[in-house]
Amino acid sequence: MFGRGLKSLSLASAALVTGAFALVFFYAPLDADQGFIQKIFYLHVPLAIVALCGFVAGGIYGIRYLRTGDRAHDLRSYVAIHQSLIFGVGVLVTGSIWAKASWGHWWVWDEPTLVSFLIVFLLFACYQPLRFSIEDPERQARYAAVFAIVGGAFVPLNFTAVRMAEALTHPRTFDSTSNLPGPMALTFLVAMAGIAALFVTLCKYELAAKHATMRLKALKRRLSGEPAALPLTQRARSAAPQEV
Amino acid sequence: MRAAVAAVVRKDLRQELRTLESIPAMALFALSTFVVFHFGLDRDALDGDLAAGVLWVTLLFATVLGMNRLFVAEREQGGFDAFLLAPVDRTAMLVAKALVLFAFLAAVELVAVPAYAILLLGPGAGQALPGLLAVLLLANAGLAVVGTLVGALAVQTRARDLIVPLIALPLSIPLLIAAVEATAPLLQAGGAEPLPGRWLTILGLYDVVFGLLAYAVFDFLLED
Repeated sequence: MFGRGLKSLSLASAALVTGAFALVFFYAPLDADQGFIQKIFYLHVPLAIVALCGFVAGGIYGIRYLRTGDRAHDLRSYVAIHQSLIFGVGVLVTGSIWAKASWGHWWVWDEPTLVSFLIVFLLFACYQPLRFSIEDPERQARYAAVFAIVGGAFVPLNFTAVRMAEALTHPRTFDSTSNLPGPMALTFLVAMAGIAALFVTLCKYELAAKHATMRLKALKRRLSGEPAALPLTQRARSAAPQEV
Repeated sequence: MRAAVAAVVRKDLRQELRTLESIPAMALFALSTFVVFHFGLDRDALDGDLAAGVLWVTLLFATVLGMNRLFVAEREQGGFDAFLLAPVDRTAMLVAKALVLFAFLAAVELVAVPAYAILLLGPGAGQALPGLLAVLLLANAGLAVVGTLVGALAVQTRARDLIVPLIALPLSIPLLIAAVEATAPLLQAGGAEPLPGRWLTILGLYDVVFGLLAYAVFDFLLED
């Protein structure tokens, strides 16, 4: 169900990521100000954008789940948020390294984007504790969807508030990426596409794996002669959203 | 819907008056936190940013206590079932619980804010009162809405006491930022400065956004 086109997608994202790193190291010019360390920008910023989009996508799938009641949307919402959390760890680590190299501290509070990202990350880190402390699978999916929607809507609100709080004292030094010189912009776009493709591929893999596990469980149950539709409580303890 | 909201609010306030489960605990917690801050910071009087920060962090944590208990009685004593059986709009529960939490917060602040002024603020803090009231009103509304949403999300989980603060704290950071920025000039050592309108606007915006959001998703938390 979720495995279609997985092979070509994996190859495409592997090619894109490799190409992006080749461009980063051999094509993009060194930054006049920051030198070599600036190259972490091509990893950090795409990771952050993709992770935020993943959180919002989790919220959108949450809306679709609540509207349709289709468990596949719940599964997608879960996987999008799960993968975004993993990417989020990458964002915080690369951001920290960049901050240490260019400002001399592992963490700076006057970089509003990084601070907002931390807050969003901390919020979504509660997604799994919330989800897995609800026993009933149907209620679990519904509550998780509500949380995902609230979190997804919180992302832009939080960024506005934090940026406004910082803008008073610290004008932004490193602004948008639209004023990058040509080769840097090209490299950035390729890196962006590579990370986005990687995200979609990983999501698809997780979806396919979860789906296969569920099918396997259902088949095993059929084999052992249990009725096909088990009472929901029996499946509540698995560490993954369940599909009916 | 108005009748349903009034009935739930009346029931909750009467229950609180008889059992005294939430308000005294929240107020006592706020007072203890002021004392903890006095020793933790080793300061006799606070002003400006620091005073605003201590006040809002304390009120936020006290609110979390209230959020924890907001829906417990409904769940344990069948209030949810009775409410779902009644032919009323489910939004009535959201509105009623938000009003109740707002009332709890107002009651707590009636004790906590004067106590704060006596314990930790310098003389002349009284002139900050009109501005502070405006900030308290807007921030309470936001905390009440977020608290109702988080309380309803967490009440069906096994680890309720853990989930509520974990979700509520990141969600209320924009509110905390705006409230602290709006309160800081009021509590300056040299006397209150004018209230910054832009932070009040942000507080109002936060209230509206979360109000709409809660209105949109709350029904799904009651469906059973």
